[in-house]
Amino acid sequence: MKPEELEVKAAAELAKQQAMDVRLVCCSSTGCQSSGASEVIGRLKADLKARELDGRVQVAGTGCMGLCSKGPLVRMTARGHEDVLFSEMTAELAGRLIDEVVAPMVGDDKIENPTGPLAAHVVHLDEPFFAMQERVVLANNGHADPEKLADYLVHGGYQGLRRALTMSAEEICQEMLASGLRGRGGAGYPTGLKWDFARRMQSDVKYVICNGDEGDPGAFMDRSVLEGDPHAVIEGMMIAARAMNATNGVFYIRAEYPLAVERIEKAIRQARQAGLVGRNILNSGWSFDFDVRLGAGAFVCGEETALIASVEGRRGTPRPRPPFPSVKGLWDKPSCVNNVETLANVPRILKNGAAWFAAKGTEKSKGTKVFALTGKIAHNGLVEVPMGITIRDIVETIGGGTGTERKVKAVQTGGPSGGMIPESQFDTPISYEHLQQLGSMMGSGGLIVIDDGDSVVELSRFYLDFCVDESCGKCAPCRIGGTQMLHLLDKIVAGDGTLEDIKTIRMIAQAMQKGSLCALGQTAPNPVLSALKHFESEFTERLRTPETAQA
Amino acid sequence: MAENTAAEEVDLDLEEAPEDEIVVLARKWKKKRGSLIMALHELQGRLGFVPRDQAMKLGREMGVPLATIYEVLTFYNYFKLESPGKYIVSVCTGTACHIKGSPKLLQGLEGELGIKAGESTADGEYHLQGVRCLGCCGLAPLASVNGKVYGKQDVDDAHGLLGQVAVDQPTVSAAAEPVDAE
Repeated sequence: MKPEELEVKAAAELAKQQAMDVRLVCCSSTGCQSSGASEVIGRLKADLKARELDGRVQVAGTGCMGLCSKGPLVRMTARGHEDVLFSEMTAELAGRLIDEVVAPMVGDDKIENPTGPLAAHVVHLDEPFFAMQERVVLANNGHADPEKLADYLVHGGYQGLRRALTMSAEEICQEMLASGLRGRGGAGYPTGLKWDFARRMQSDVKYVICNGDEGDPGAFMDRSVLEGDPHAVIEGMMIAARAMNATNGVFYIRAEYPLAVERIEKAIRQARQAGLVGRNILNSGWSFDFDVRLGAGAFVCGEETALIASVEGRRGTPRPRPPFPSVKGLWDKPSCVNNVETLANVPRILKNGAAWFAAKGTEKSKGTKVFALTGKIAHNGLVEVPMGITIRDIVETIGGGTGTERKVKAVQTGGPSGGMIPESQFDTPISYEHLQQLGSMMGSGGLIVIDDGDSVVELSRFYLDFCVDESCGKCAPCRIGGTQMLHLLDKIVAGDGTLEDIKTIRMIAQAMQKGSLCALGQTAPNPVLSALKHFESEFTERLRTPETAQA
Repeated sequence: MAENTAAEEVDLDLEEAPEDEIVVLARKWKKKRGSLIMALHELQGRLGFVPRDQAMKLGREMGVPLATIYEVLTFYNYFKLESPGKYIVSVCTGTACHIKGSPKLLQGLEGELGIKAGESTADGEYHLQGVRCLGCCGLAPLASVNGKVYGKQDVDDAHGLLGQVAVDQPTVSAAAEPVDAE
């Protein structure tokens, strides 16, 4: 396909959508599907057909709109009207929506305020939950149908790639550097720099790998992006490939995310059919294609060298770096492993320019960050906020606090590798640096809220237990240190610990941080250490003879 | 023709796949470098688990030593070496579910079914397991049964969950009423 044909395709789809009086999109991600989204979509379509309105009203699936605990969500867009969101929809309510709101609107263009049972399901999009978000990565969620290439094109899809095709590899790396984008998997390494290392390597074969092994328990940002906007990740990978002259792309996705795998495979097929993937892409003479590989339930495979071992079909154990994958990666060829959210940012940066992106966020942490807001919080779900916003804004204003009579006690960021941030520090802005200063980390974006009824001792034990179970066993500090530390924590949880045990925990933690082979072991002590730092008394209260002395 | 019929029944009976299927599967993946894990995924997808004899056959066809296959099978949590039963009840043990009481739900299910997590009932109807985060944290606490997610569970009502499963997925077996399985 030629570039001009893409525009024709996009224009045709846009004209089709604009010819409709009303467009109803229903979240079709795993979360809402589990709450019955398929039945809702089915009913909407059936009722419209029965009323012969299917030529005037369009029904489509869309990516996660964020308010997962109130799904399934349906968003109604009608010409000349503000969008309206309906929460906790059922097939029955979908029928009412058509009868009471949509049908009267078609033709006379008048919006009827929903009455009766439906009224209670209206969510206003000017509520802080939505108003305070800024959507870059999730921009298409709630608008475009992830299963339709044309819809992605309508929303500016593949324009970033088209621009990249006119640039040299070095220029693309420079653009990424100027944007200030940093890896969203947690470590925050500048993406442009990472790409540039791979670009400088001379090799006939180079790989771009998408890390979709979102193993952090309590996090679902990457799942939502893969399911909700698969073409954006594909486009991001292709731009990355251009930036380092890579020859092949590999998706590595958790097997626990079947819908994400299905959507990515479908999107690749669509893009290949349209001439966006494969040989002679958009008549540029450049060729690039993808492979999809599944994880098999191993948290350590999120670490890049372990991930590469797993892609090669082996046990996913990490190896020492250097050599870094950009020098010696998949099949010993230069490779670049990027996180899903990082890649989804890329097309937007190329399309809108580095300056547009760099204007968002803080001095050192640019752009936005997607968080999975869960735990004891009123508005459970997926949010995207500009970097620099405070934790309090996220938890209290966007998240609506606990929603119960209990008080927020702390948040845990970074999952099993991160730490707890007590409520007293909530005015800290979200950035890589600030979170690290607090003894936590940005992590991939899980943000778990705990209330004053939750025990930090038990939560840190939960995380450590997770890391011990997921340790691959290759290096001793992680394998032995983790297990010993867990024994000590078990003792404390059982009320049999001593001050000496807390001292030993700190000592082992230091050894693990310094001596472990990969980030799993190096960061496994973080939850315990941060809990000790901010809530030491909760540990000492549980000791055999409660002691208040400083350990 | 007989082979076709057998192939259709595979999903239901969780029995041995016809020989040819393994050969075809092995041939397909053998062409792609490093695809042992993908081949095992496909095998488990068809049979529900990876039986030893099938693993041996796969190894022969793909030219991979059995030791290498087991090295991989035992490293990754996702692969099962034994038949898991007809209803696979998975309780999410992710953080969001954990702090909303998933350990209690798992305990309740252990009580209802009379087995521990990781075990199957004697009649082969149920397999109970705690699983890693399913990524539906907005619906915590949750369980999934044969891939269908049951969100926002009452952690004190494991019986109710099993009852709901029997209503939703009656095709598995009419005799699989949770009461009988106790």
